[in-house]
Amino acid sequence: MYEHLETADPALVAAGKLKRVAVDPVSRVEGHGKVTLLLDEDNKVQQARLHIVEFRGFEKFIQGRPYWELPVMVQRLCGICPVSHHLAAAKAIDQLVGVDPANLPPAADKLRRLLHFGQVLQSHALHFFHLSSPDLLFGFESEIGKRNVMAVLADYPDIGLQGVKLRKYGQEVIRMVSGKRIHGTGAIAGGMNKALTKEERDYLKQDIAQIVIWAQAALQLVTKVHTSHLPYYDNFATIRSKYLSLTKPNGALELYHGGIRVKDEQGETLVDHYDYCDYPELIREEVRSWTYMKFPYLTSLGKAEGWYRVGPLARVNNCDFIDTPQAEAARVEFKRHSGEAMVHSTLAFHWTRMIELLHCAESIQSLLDDPDLLSNDLVAKGEKRQEGIGVIEAPRGTLFHHYQIDENDIVTKANLIVSTTSNNTAMNESVRQVAAEYLSGRELTEPLLNNLEVAIRAYDPCLSCATHAVGKMPLQLELVDADGKLVDKLIRHSSGEFIHGSE
Amino acid sequence: MAAKIKIATTSLAGCFGCHMSFLDIDERLLKLADVVEFDRSPLTDIEHCGPCDIGLIEGGVCNSENVHVLREFRANCKILVAVGACAINGGLPALRNFFKLEDCLLEAYQDGIGVDNPQIPNDPELPLLLDKVRPVHEIVKIDYFMPGCPPSADVFWSYLSALIEGRDPTLPYELVHYD
Repeated sequence: MYEHLETADPALVAAGKLKRVAVDPVSRVEGHGKVTLLLDEDNKVQQARLHIVEFRGFEKFIQGRPYWELPVMVQRLCGICPVSHHLAAAKAIDQLVGVDPANLPPAADKLRRLLHFGQVLQSHALHFFHLSSPDLLFGFESEIGKRNVMAVLADYPDIGLQGVKLRKYGQEVIRMVSGKRIHGTGAIAGGMNKALTKEERDYLKQDIAQIVIWAQAALQLVTKVHTSHLPYYDNFATIRSKYLSLTKPNGALELYHGGIRVKDEQGETLVDHYDYCDYPELIREEVRSWTYMKFPYLTSLGKAEGWYRVGPLARVNNCDFIDTPQAEAARVEFKRHSGEAMVHSTLAFHWTRMIELLHCAESIQSLLDDPDLLSNDLVAKGEKRQEGIGVIEAPRGTLFHHYQIDENDIVTKANLIVSTTSNNTAMNESVRQVAAEYLSGRELTEPLLNNLEVAIRAYDPCLSCATHAVGKMPLQLELVDADGKLVDKLIRHSSGEFIHGSE
Repeated sequence: MAAKIKIATTSLAGCFGCHMSFLDIDERLLKLADVVEFDRSPLTDIEHCGPCDIGLIEGGVCNSENVHVLREFRANCKILVAVGACAINGGLPALRNFFKLEDCLLEAYQDGIGVDNPQIPNDPELPLLLDKVRPVHEIVKIDYFMPGCPPSADVFWSYLSALIEGRDPTLPYELVHYD
């Protein structure tokens, strides 16, 4: 829709007629990114891009490690959703030891689900209260000193404190199951390393009723903010897209395990109950020259038409129902709001995120009454295999981990498609929409530029996750030492050959 | 009222886990807000660090932008703290130091699963990579090191309380560990 703003007319660039404006770094998101705009003499936006500017190289450097290290290593992709990476890797190495999801002991399956509900609950609370709420409570163009969680705590202490305590509860669920709030250890190949003790279970039960009430309050707050700013909230950064998510076999919302469903802009189902182990046939990833993050698309539709969105908006749009009562009532209200089969409003990510927050709180409440959590039957065994694929709905969307090992159990190949990468085209489209509709032709002030970040923040992008990959590096590498002195140059010639030194 | 202590924070080549662990001080955030004001941080919208009392650095140094940000922090912060395993010794991202960058490139472009339009991004907007991931103390002088992957919320609280009160931070033995 706005793809013409991806690249400005090369003649204008060459003539030096365009001026550059950068939002660098994009703030109140997790990780590193920047937005650049190229403007002509009338301040009309000619180009708008979200660049991901870092790389870390996980897919390469985990090669050579034994597979059982993976769940602990790869969760260092991300300190915000470490549990999602931990569990996606665990599901992949389950397969390496010959255990399919249906064969996991019920106790292990339920403990992992509890762990993941804690993860999604804390991440959604963090994103809404700590990162995005200043925009929603103070306004998109409020003064810079207001746009942080400390100001929210000062001006809205009740709301701010509830957010802090919601996140705290999610972190405590994680700590009880995995031993640590961040980068704990819980999942192992074929199951879990320990049951919940009765004391740990009872500790979590004390507060869960209150957490459900606060989650409901958070949902009411975001619903009120959204519906009292119509039609602005329905139009801001909004793009019509396809949606990809997991669902349960019965079509229910699913965060831990399911088949892939894709719906198009009108709500027609394109793919349903698709086996995630066949994801390489479903999805390809395009490389572009100006960012380290790839652009996934559905192979069958091609790169122009095949891009899609993942995350809370995709999950709530795609599912037939939610299997907890309060979240389901909220879903019905949400879907009624748009009058269309699919809700395309980008700011509705916040709304659906709070529906899921409530779903997580309700799900934790019922799981804590499940006696299986205290069972010590925690590990299944099977026949060794050399390839494993794990999938999960991370807070930001569908996450794939794919590993191959050799006969000595050493990792030889890895592929990761993280959630934020799947939203790359959509985030760029939203940035271009805001640039074209709200900024173009105006004097660009700092508060006005925050609109670009509001658009990006709605996706809750995790740029820490998204900078994991290798394979997206500059054509000419200058290797500098710690003092910034050039020590080597690596240049890729048109033949594809890499040459050291000068041109 | 006394002027608030100014704190800046940033994440270089890290996973954001140290920032998350800092937020794990939970309700104590309210107490902190009474005495502290945040300058540049992923939690605020300030892009460049101004004069600050304390700077907290998460993550190692993997590209030219990291070097630039780190130097800006050093120039502006009276006290600079290396936070967590990545800042202190490169952490998990430094595992890439066992591979040549070329090997990473070739691996990805020749063998990447599902890669379309293989090319090496080449854009002035993308910072140049360092040959190795480096700990922050190799680039600038660091005043304090806060250990852990990540340091626990109690470590953050203990350290920050000491620095705010002008004391040298010390940690009890049970809080000094990698994992």
